[in-house]
Amino acid sequence: MTAEVLLQGIVSGLLMGFVYALIAAGLSLIFGLMEIVNFAHGEFLMLAMFSTYWAWALWRLDPVVSLPLTAAALFLLGFATYHGLIRWVLGAPMLAQIFATFGLAIFLRSAAQAIWGVDFHLVKDPLVQGRISLGGIFIGLPQLVASVGALLAFVFLNWFISRTETGLALQATAQDRQAASLMGINTERMFALGWGIGAACVGVAGALLTIFFYVFPDVGSTFALLAYVTVALGGFGNVPGTLVAGVVVGLIEVLGGLLIAPALKYVAVFVLYLLVVLWRPQGLFGRF
Amino acid sequence: MRRAIGLLSLALVALSPWAPAQAQAPKEVVIGILYPLSGPVAQVGIDSVNAVKMAVEIINNGGSTLNLPLGKTAGLPGLGGAKIRLVIVDHQGKPDVGQAEAERLITQEKVHALYGAYFSSVTATASQVAERYGMPYLNAESSSPGLTERGFKWFFRTSPHDGHFSVAMFDFMKDLEKRRGVKIKTLGIMHEDTLFGVDSAKVQEELAKKYGYEVVIKMAYRAKTTSLDAEVGKLKAANPDVFLPTSYTSDAFIFVKTAKNLDYNPKMLMAQNAGWTDPSFLTEMGKDAEGHITRAPFALDMADKKPMIKPINELFKKLKDNPGGRDISDVPARAFTGFIVLADAINRAKSVNPEEIRKALAATNMPPEQLIMPWSGVKFDEKGQNTGVRAILQQVQKGKYATIYPFELAAADVVYPLTPWKDRK
Repeated sequence: MTAEVLLQGIVSGLLMGFVYALIAAGLSLIFGLMEIVNFAHGEFLMLAMFSTYWAWALWRLDPVVSLPLTAAALFLLGFATYHGLIRWVLGAPMLAQIFATFGLAIFLRSAAQAIWGVDFHLVKDPLVQGRISLGGIFIGLPQLVASVGALLAFVFLNWFISRTETGLALQATAQDRQAASLMGINTERMFALGWGIGAACVGVAGALLTIFFYVFPDVGSTFALLAYVTVALGGFGNVPGTLVAGVVVGLIEVLGGLLIAPALKYVAVFVLYLLVVLWRPQGLFGRF
Repeated sequence: MRRAIGLLSLALVALSPWAPAQAQAPKEVVIGILYPLSGPVAQVGIDSVNAVKMAVEIINNGGSTLNLPLGKTAGLPGLGGAKIRLVIVDHQGKPDVGQAEAERLITQEKVHALYGAYFSSVTATASQVAERYGMPYLNAESSSPGLTERGFKWFFRTSPHDGHFSVAMFDFMKDLEKRRGVKIKTLGIMHEDTLFGVDSAKVQEELAKKYGYEVVIKMAYRAKTTSLDAEVGKLKAANPDVFLPTSYTSDAFIFVKTAKNLDYNPKMLMAQNAGWTDPSFLTEMGKDAEGHITRAPFALDMADKKPMIKPINELFKKLKDNPGGRDISDVPARAFTGFIVLADAINRAKSVNPEEIRKALAATNMPPEQLIMPWSGVKFDEKGQNTGVRAILQQVQKGKYATIYPFELAAADVVYPLTPWKDRK
C-alpha cells in the first residue's frame, strides 16, 4: 500500500462524503423538525435521479442545468408527501408513522420499476466529465462538481436555517411546537416547508449524483442506509453535524476498504456508528 | 407422507399395465416444461418457452429445410409421425414449487419426459423427483457444476456449466500468449460476495494454479455498494496483467466509471458475464466498455460460421408471443437446442418407454452442423453432462459484442492490450 494509493483514497472518500452529507441533511432536517424518520428518503433520491435522467433523455438537459428543476420538483414532492400522508399520522403511534413512510418507500420503488422497468441508465456525455491529475492523485471532475455542489447547498441550507426569519421559525418549531405556535408561527406550514426543503436537499444530491452514477429503481436503498448512519452519527436534527458525519462515513468507507478488506468496508462504517451510539447516543453533535 | 405417496405411486406405476399398451406408437408425446414465468426473471422464462414452442412447431409441422435432425416430415417419424404436446408450468423460481410441479407432471399429466428449469436450485429439486420416478430429465441452461455430479441416472444437461466458462478464459489466455507472443503472468480476481461470485473466484483461483498464473490480488466486495474507490485503489496498487471481475450489473457500472476516473489500466479485462452482458451495459456504457472481454455461451455474430443461426433467429423474431421481435439470446438459444436434443432422442427411442428414452439420450451423438451453439456436438458422458460444450468469449469492439474465441468461430480479432484511458477518445 503506497502513500499515493492512500492519499487517493482520502481524496475519493472526501468527495463522496460531501454527497453523503447532503443526502443525509434532508433526513436530519425532517427528523429534527418533527421526530419522524422518513423511510422513503432513498426513494426520494431515486426519483430525483430519474427526473434528472429523463430531463436529459427527453430534452437533452444536462444534470447541472436541470438541477434547479429537480430541486423544485422534489420540493413539491416533499410538500405533497406532508400534506397527503404525514399530516394524517402526526398524532398516531410511532409504528403507524414508520409504516406510513415505509409503505410510501415500497410504493415509490415498485411504481418506478413498473413504469421505467429494471434497466440501468446513465447520463451519457454530461457537460462535466474528465478528470484532473495532481501529482498522481486523480480527481474526477463529476465527483468534484458533485461535492462542491453539495457543499454549496449545505452552506445555503445552513444560512437559510440560521439567518432567515423563516429558518428561525423552523428552528423554533423544532424546539417547541406549542411555544412556536403561541408566538404566531404557523407550525403546520413549517412542517410542510421542512418536508419540502428536506426533499429538495435530496433532489440536489440526486441531480449531482446522476452526473456519474447509474439510475435504477433500487438505487436509493444503498444510499439511504448510509444516510441513516450519517444522521445518527452527526446527531439527529443537527444539520452542520451531518456534514462532518457524512465526510467521516465517506472516509471510513474508503480507508476501511483499503486498509482492512473491501468486503469489510461497511463493517468499519457500522462499527464506528455503534461505538459513537454507545458512547454518545445523541450522536457526535446532538443536542440532547 | 410425501415419501409414502411417492412410493405408492411408484408401486402403481410399476404395476400398471401401461408398458405393453405402449407397444404400438402413441399418437402424441407429452413433455413437461418447467420455467419461471412470473417474478423478476420471468422474461427469461417466457423467452425460453417461446424457443421451445418454436422447436415444437418446426417438428410437428414438418416441411422444414433447416439442418435439424427433425422437422423434415411432420411429427416424430420414429413414432409413426406422433406429435409433441407440451405441458408448461410456472415454478416461480421456487425450488419447492418446482418439486411439486414435477411430481404433478409425472403423476397427473402423465408426461413422457421433463424439461427445464433455468434456476439451478429448481432444476436440482425437480430432477430429484424425476430420478425417483425414473423419468428422463433434460436440462438446457442451469450452470451450477454440481448438478451433474450427483450420480443421477436420468439427468442430462446439454449446457456448459460455470467450470467450462472459466476454463475457456484460461485456455484463451494460453492461446493468446502463443499466438501473439505476449506474456501474461499475473491475475487479479475481484468478485461480488454471494454464491455466484465466491464460486466463480474459487474456480478461477484453482485454474490459475493449474495454468501457472500468479494471482496477485483476490478480493470480495459487496455488489450493493455506493463506491468502488477503495477496490480500484487496491487493484491499481497490485497491478495484475489480467483483471477478472465477477460482478452483477450495478457494480459493473460503478467499476467501469471508477476505473476510468482513477485511471486504472489492466492489459486485459475478462468478465464472468452477468453485469458485462446485461442488455443495458453496452448501451449505457458506450465507449467506456470498449475492449472489455466477457464469456458468453451464444452470440448472433457467429452466424457467418453457423449458417443456421440466421433463419432460426428470424423464426424466433416472428413468433406471436414475442411481440417486440426480440432477437434470440443466449438462454432461449440453449433452450431451443436442448429441446431438439430431447425430441431427437425420443424419436430414436421409437417409444415413450422411459428406459428406452434414457438409453437413446445416453447414445446421443449430434454433429456440430445441426446446432446453433458453438459446440463440437452433443454427446453425454456417464454423468449426463454434454462433453461437446464450449464457451465463447466476446470482446466489445466498436460498441458491439464480437466473438473472439475460440479462434475458429471468431468474428473479429482480439484487441490486446486494452487501450489506456488517456489514449481513448
